[in-house]
Formats: sequence, structure tokens, C-alpha cells
Amino acid sequence: MFKLELDGERPIFQQIADGLEDAVLSGALGEGAQLPSITELSVQYTINPATALKGINLLVDQGVAYKKRGVGMFVAEGARAALQKKRQGEFARRYVRALAAEARRLGLGRERLLEMVAREYDRDSD
Amino acid sequence: MAIQTDKICKSFGNVQALKGVSVSFEENKIYGLLGRNGAGKSTLLNVLANRMFADSGSFTVDGEPGGENDRAQSKLFLMSEQTLHPEGMRVGKAFQWTQAFYPSFDQGYALRLAGEFQLDTHTKMSGLSTGYRSIFKLILGLSVNVPYVLLDEPVLGLDANHRELFYRRLLEKYAENPFTVVLSTHLIEEVADLIEDVVIIKAGTVIRQESRESLLSQGYTVSGGAGAVEAYIQGRQVLGVDALGGLRTAYVLGEADKTAQSAKDLEFGAMDLQKLFIQLTNS
Repeated sequence: MFKLELDGERPIFQQIADGLEDAVLSGALGEGAQLPSITELSVQYTINPATALKGINLLVDQGVAYKKRGVGMFVAEGARAALQKKRQGEFARRYVRALAAEARRLGLGRERLLEMVAREYDRDSD
Repeated sequence: MAIQTDKICKSFGNVQALKGVSVSFEENKIYGLLGRNGAGKSTLLNVLANRMFADSGSFTVDGEPGGENDRAQSKLFLMSEQTLHPEGMRVGKAFQWTQAFYPSFDQGYALRLAGEFQLDTHTKMSGLSTGYRSIFKLILGLSVNVPYVLLDEPVLGLDANHRELFYRRLLEKYAENPFTVVLSTHLIEEVADLIEDVVIIKAGTVIRQESRESLLSQGYTVSGGAGAVEAYIQGRQVLGVDALGGLRTAYVLGEADKTAQSAKDLEFGAMDLQKLFIQLTNS
């Protein structure tokens, strides 16, 4: 089961979908793997089953997950690559903009920011 | 299929506890019945369960008159502060007793839950602490298997572990075999993600009845410096403003306008149920 901390900032169904996407991106849920059931998600995160279903449906709409009748939901073929592509598209808006804004707030110069980013990037690839 | 009330009024002396409440609890949905102390939540539930009589107005259960109607009443179960079992009765015996009233009561399941909550079935009603009284009644509510389960302050006196266990068992049960749950509680944060629809009652009047999602999508929060927030909220529909030093958080109805002149230094957030509730029921 994937780990997910729900926060109050975004709709829960969105967070459920994002958490499952993260698990697919990290490989924790491989292609062809079975997704947690609506009941499991609902009980685990004490959320209404309708909310869990809505989160799962976001994945289905994107073609990331598909339903096997009477069995459950599974991660689709090519899901990881598709999600990488989507997330790359969101990356600037979701992370870089906030990073730049915070750097500006802290009075960190452009050069210094780029240097810090480069160092972190290299360290994580070790 | 629903419990439907029509302009229910109820007074105690010169206090009007319910002022024409018309509300419906549809089948297979989890409702949050939210209101401040004394708003009329318990009175409404007691009327539905025939433990009190309305002064005027009526209600139906699945289309049939609900008051003083055994068939309608057998479809609903109310867990409330009142303990209906004799004080000298032991828990195990009380389970058997409940089965006589509710043939669909699942004693095996009740005993399993008693084990999980460490409720000793040999204890007499009189020997149960506040928390275990709640647990005993919750177990009844989870085991009766009727279409409408009304829970009035279900987690009163329960510790965090037992509350969590209860919410999980409730959802499990619901996912297996859906039924209508009405959760009347003041612990809004705890049930916010659990409920599908919200009924907010204020001073005996229902002021909101809609899905949690649509209720929350009607507004947003905006925070930042006092000057910027005040400039932004000019001419907008504001439910309330929290002040923290020179910072302000405003609860605003409508769509966030992130392109507004004053929006640059502001942070926008989602409305949360508890905050919205407080703003709607203040004063």
C-alpha cells in the first residue's frame, strides 16, 4: 500500500490520484499491478468511498489505470512514461515557480539559486 | 428511498428547538448533521426515532409516515446519549435483547467488534464508562443492519485509537453493503472527509443541505498582509475574516480571482469544512 499524507489544501480525490500517480512514477506500483480497491482506500484514509472512486477515475480518464470487470483496477501499460510526460509539463508551474519565488523572498540571487539546484541535483543522483 | 421531513417544529417551554425543519436523508449516503450545541441536532434525531413527538410537521421513511409506525421505525436505528438498556443488564445480554427488536442484528459481528474495542461483554450497563457506553452503542449501530443509522455524537468519550477504529469499521461496513448514515457531531474535522452530504442546522433551522463538495467549492480562503487582503475583498462576498497580527485570512464566497490587482501578494487556499461551518454558524 502506498503512503499518503492528506492535507487540507487540495481536494482529497485529487490527492488520492496524485498519491497513486507518485507510486506509479516511483515504480512502487508497476505496470500491470493492481491498484488498491475503493474499500481499501476509503478505510485506510477514512474517506468517503465516492471520494476514493473519484480519485481512481481521474487515473482511468488519463488512461493510467483500467478496470478489469469483477477483479479490480490495474496500472495500464505505458502509464509510467505517460505520467512522466504529464508531470514534466507541470514541473515548472508546480515546483520551479515556487522555488524561484521563495528564493526571491529570501534574497537569494539567481546565480546562487542555480548553484544550489545543481548541487542538489548531483547529490541525489549519487 | 429516503427519510424525508416536512416542516417539523418542536418547542420545549418557550424555546423553539426546531423551527420548521424540512430535510431529506437519502438512501446509501453518509451525511454529516452539523450544528453548534443547542442547534437542534439531537431533537431532530429523537423525533425521527420516535423518542420525541413533533409539535407540528411530519416525516416519512421510504414514503411511509414515520411517526408511530413500527414498520417505518424498524428501518432506522438511533444511537444517542440515552442508554435504553436497563442499567443492570450485561453487555452480552443486551446484544441478545437487541436482536429481539432488530432481527437483522448480527450478534457474531457485534461480539467481534466488542473484542476489537476491548469491551467486556460481562460488564453491566451501570459499570460502563462514558467512552465504553459510546462504544457499546456504536457496536449496536454497526451491527443492526438497517437502512438508516442515525448516530448522535458517536465518538463521545472515545480515545483517538478507538475513534479511528470506529471510522474504519463504519466505512468497511458501508463499502460492503451501503446504508444511510447520519453522523451528528461537533468534531467536524474528523468526519469532514468521510461524509458525502452536509446538513447544517442553526438555531432550529436548516441553513445548508448539499454535497460537501459543492458546499466547499462555493468559497475559498485568501491570506496575506492586512492591506492586501482588505483591498482584495472589497466588493466580494466575505463570510468572515481571521486576524493574526498584521495578517488576515478571509473566507470568501465565489471564484478566486488570482488575476486581481491585489492578488499578487496573496495566497489562495481551499475552504475547509470546519472553517466554513464556523463562519456560517457564528453569531
